[in-house]
Formats: sequence, structure tokens, C-alpha cells
Amino acid sequence: MTAGTFSPAPGAAPFLRQVTTQASMEARLMLRNGEQLLLAVVIPVIVLIGGVRGADRVNLSYGVDTFTPGVLALAVMSTSFTSLAIATGFERRYGVIKRLGTSPLSRTGLLLGKVLALLLVEVLQVAVISAVGFALGWEPHADVLGLLLAVVLGTAAFASLGLLVAGSLRAEATLAAANLIYLLLLAGGAVVLPVSAYGSFGDVVSYLPSGALGEAMRAALSDAAIAGRDLLVLAAWAVIGAAATARTFTWE
Amino acid sequence: MGAASYTSRVPDSPAVLVDGLVMRYGAKVAVAGLSLAVERHTITAVLGPNGAGKTTTLETCEGYRAPQQGSVRVLGLDPIRDRKALLPRIGVMLQSGGAWSGVRAVEMLRHVARLHAHPLDPTVLVDRLGLEDCGRTPYRRLSGGQQQRLGLAMALVGRPELVFVDEPTAGLDPAVRRTVWELLDELRTDGVTVVLTTHYMEEAERLADRVHIVDKGVLVASGTPLELTRGGPRATIRLVVTEPFPPTAPESLRLALGDGTQVTQLDAVSLLVTGPADPSTLATVSRWCEDNSVLPESLTLGQRNLEDVFLELTGGSSSTVEGVVE
Repeated sequence: MTAGTFSPAPGAAPFLRQVTTQASMEARLMLRNGEQLLLAVVIPVIVLIGGVRGADRVNLSYGVDTFTPGVLALAVMSTSFTSLAIATGFERRYGVIKRLGTSPLSRTGLLLGKVLALLLVEVLQVAVISAVGFALGWEPHADVLGLLLAVVLGTAAFASLGLLVAGSLRAEATLAAANLIYLLLLAGGAVVLPVSAYGSFGDVVSYLPSGALGEAMRAALSDAAIAGRDLLVLAAWAVIGAAATARTFTWE
Repeated sequence: MGAASYTSRVPDSPAVLVDGLVMRYGAKVAVAGLSLAVERHTITAVLGPNGAGKTTTLETCEGYRAPQQGSVRVLGLDPIRDRKALLPRIGVMLQSGGAWSGVRAVEMLRHVARLHAHPLDPTVLVDRLGLEDCGRTPYRRLSGGQQQRLGLAMALVGRPELVFVDEPTAGLDPAVRRTVWELLDELRTDGVTVVLTTHYMEEAERLADRVHIVDKGVLVASGTPLELTRGGPRATIRLVVTEPFPPTAPESLRLALGDGTQVTQLDAVSLLVTGPADPSTLATVSRWCEDNSVLPESLTLGQRNLEDVFLELTGGSSSTVEGVVE
């Protein structure tokens, strides 16, 4: 048999290349999509500028030093929960996950690719939001390890919950639910404003993943501290979400 | 590494071996003890009416479902247990979908290529399948035929030994269909095994080395297209009438014709007579029309083709067959 154009030469790419290929594709698609970009960057920046200016006007005690970490937490939540849920919901609908299921990319590779894509987008979000924060006069007192832990554990908690929604609902229902939950948490989840702003309700809110992520982010960037309790709450949500997702998620 | 050295060290087990496969969805039996083999370096067509169990069988070979009973081996491997070793070696074309709605056509193809070790140059496939115009078009704006061809390209770009193509030319215009046929032919020449499901008898007759006809979850016939059409009496008379036949018509016409002929109802207004197409048979058919006050619209003599065999074997209700090519 002579070697033709299609002569078989099968083989999987190295695992790392598969994961980075998948991650860069997912990140590109996320940034190319108008609604996703709105959610990832535009809304957080509006909330930051609006919050700082608005608080100034009504003599609220919160300033840019409180809002910037809160908006960074909001950005992590929007990407790892809302964007991931919507994207995954439509991937199931359009047979993308089914198609990739017969490619050399394993389930683990796909999951790692998704996580890496989220982190890439989050780096971009942190850069843009911090720049706006600095322009508004933000002076952080940062603990880098605390920041990294907050981003990673917050992403893990919200991503596992996002996959839970995407894996158990139809694509349209996922779209609606992910946006609704995002709005509810934005308004009442202690993500942008600190738990202390919620009065007696604050105890409850601090156990939500949004409240825990907001507090962990404020501790890391305003007090140069590592908020052990809040990080534990996030870790617990990640475990609960991952266990529930593992039981319910179907790839088709 | 050359292709020759690769294929020469592959052991000679069949490309696909399905043995006593049973698959149920709740109470419904989709596959009822199916056994079939696909030899390497062939194009093998799996034909069957809708709901015959073709896609379920294919999806079991592709590792999407575990066999409930029986076994499936692909390239000598278990599609579930040996998934990691098998997947890089096969290419799969789904009936529809399989790409992000916002991804550009060529971007998607490059993506799949990068998951493989020695992929084809995507531009080769783009040229061969006439996808040049859709390079930067998002997937959702591609026409059905373009999505179809991109699906085929994605199945081939990893240079697999074996490809499963599910209705590769459904909905394509005749010129593009011929392009796809030439491509599938070239795959076989280059040493790739092709398993295809199709509703187009012409496609199976023209391309396939071997045809498996599946109905109600079991294999009802298999052989080369020639063997299948030679198996019975080869001449046919196709009778189409103006008013629907009464339900007793096939039996009454068969009785009038006597032994050695077979009558299959193709739809409400057409019957297929298989047997010796001699003057006496023709005269009997005409007389039967007269006796039963049936007005023929057309009476056609022909050779028994794969479609006729298919209809005889699968009960002849052509309402279950989509897009049969005349």
C-alpha cells in the first residue's frame, strides 16, 4: 500500500497540548461572545464606577477600597458561575461535548481546559478592574497568597455549581437560571458590599459562596489578611458542588 | 513514520466485531442480538429503516454506550475499557452538530487537528471538501451542507484508521455528494476502513464493498451489493395505480401470479413484483388489474436493485425509508 493523503497515522497529542488547546479555544469563544464579555468586564466596571461615585454622593462609608475587591469577587463569580454554566449548557445542546467525547481529549482534559480558560479570563478581568480601581484612587493592602486562594477556591466553588446547573437543566433554562442567580447574588449576596452591610442577615449571607468570596477578597486586598473561615466556606461549597455534579451531570 | 509501516504492524482482526449485541431503552428494544463484522480496508454500509438500531449500534462502537448484552470490539479493543487507546485511532462523523455556535469553520477544524499527534493539514480537507468560502464564517451561519462537510472533515483530520460516518451525504446537492463519494473512495484506497450508515441505496450500491441490512435490531442480510441483488430473481415489475390498493391486493395478485413470484407493497399506490418478467407474467398483471378494476398509472420493468432487496427484507413499507433514490 502506498502512502496517500489519508494514510492512517493516528495518535493523541500530548496531554498538556490538548488541555492548552481546549483552554485557549474556550477562552477565545468566551471573549468573542458579546453577552459573555458584558458579563465578564462591562457590568463589573459599571458597578465599580457607579458604586464609588454613588457612595460618594450619599456619604456612604464605603469607598473605592471596599468596592474594588468586591467587584473583583463579582467578576470571578460571573465568569466561573454564569458564563461557564451558559457556555456548557449550549455545548451540551449543540453536541460539542458529544463530539469531543470521541476525540483524544479525555473528560479530565476537558475539565482542566475549562478551568484553565476560566483562570485566563479572570486574569484579564483582574487587570481591567484593578486598572479602573487605581484610576479611582484605590490603595490596596494586599496579601498575594490570600488573593490567589480566594480566586482559586472561589472559582472552584462557583464552577462546580455552574456545572451542576448546566448538567441538570436544558440550555435555555440554564441561561435563565444562571442569570437570575447572578442577579440575586449581586443584589443580596454580600459580594460587592461587605457582610456587615447586611445587618442581622449578614450571618446567613456569609455562608453563601458569594458572601464568602467577597469577604475573602476584601480581607486579602484591604487588610492584607487570609480569611481562613471564608476560604473554608468556599472549599465546602466546592466539595458539595463537585459531589452533586458528579452524580447528576450528563455530557449529552 | 510511513503509512505502510503503520498498517503492516496492525494485527488482522476485523475492524469492527459486534457479537450478540442487545440494547434496550426502557421497554423498547433497539438492538435485539445483532452480530456483524467489518473487514479492514473496506467501505461497509449499514442500511436499515429508521429505528432499526443503526445509530445505537454505531454509538456502542464509538464508546458512547456500554453493551447491555453481547460484546463489541473495535480494532480489537473494547470501546469502553480501552477508550483511551481506541479514541485517537477512530474518526466519528455525527449526524448533526458537534461544534460551538460561534466558532469559525476552519478554527474548529484546526482545534480538532491539534488534539491529534499527526493530523492532516486542515487546508487539504478544506480544499477537498469545498469549504474555502466558510473559513471565517461562524458555525451557526454555515448551511446544512457545509456543516455536514465540516463534520466529515473533523472525522478525518486526525488521520484515523477507521471512520464511522452517519449519513454523510444526507441533504447534500448531487455535485457535492459525488465529491464526498470520491473522498470516501480515496480513504479506502489509502487504507482507511469506512463504516457508513445511509438511507441512499445508490450510495451503498456504488461505494460499499459490503452491505449489512439491519431491521428491528437484527441483521437480516449481508453481502456485497452484487451478492445481495443476485440472491433472488432479478427482474422486477413495478406497478403504480391511480387509487390506493385495497389491503388484500398484494396477496390477491400473488395468488394470480402463482409460485416463483413475490409481491411487495411499496406504498399505498405501488406494488413491486419480483420474479420472471416474461410476457405471461405481464399479461397476468394486466388481467389482474382488469379483474379488480384497477387503473395502472405506470407499469415499469426493471432489474432488481439494492433498494428492492432492502424493501423486500424490511417489510416493504417504504414509509419508514427516507429519501430512497429512484
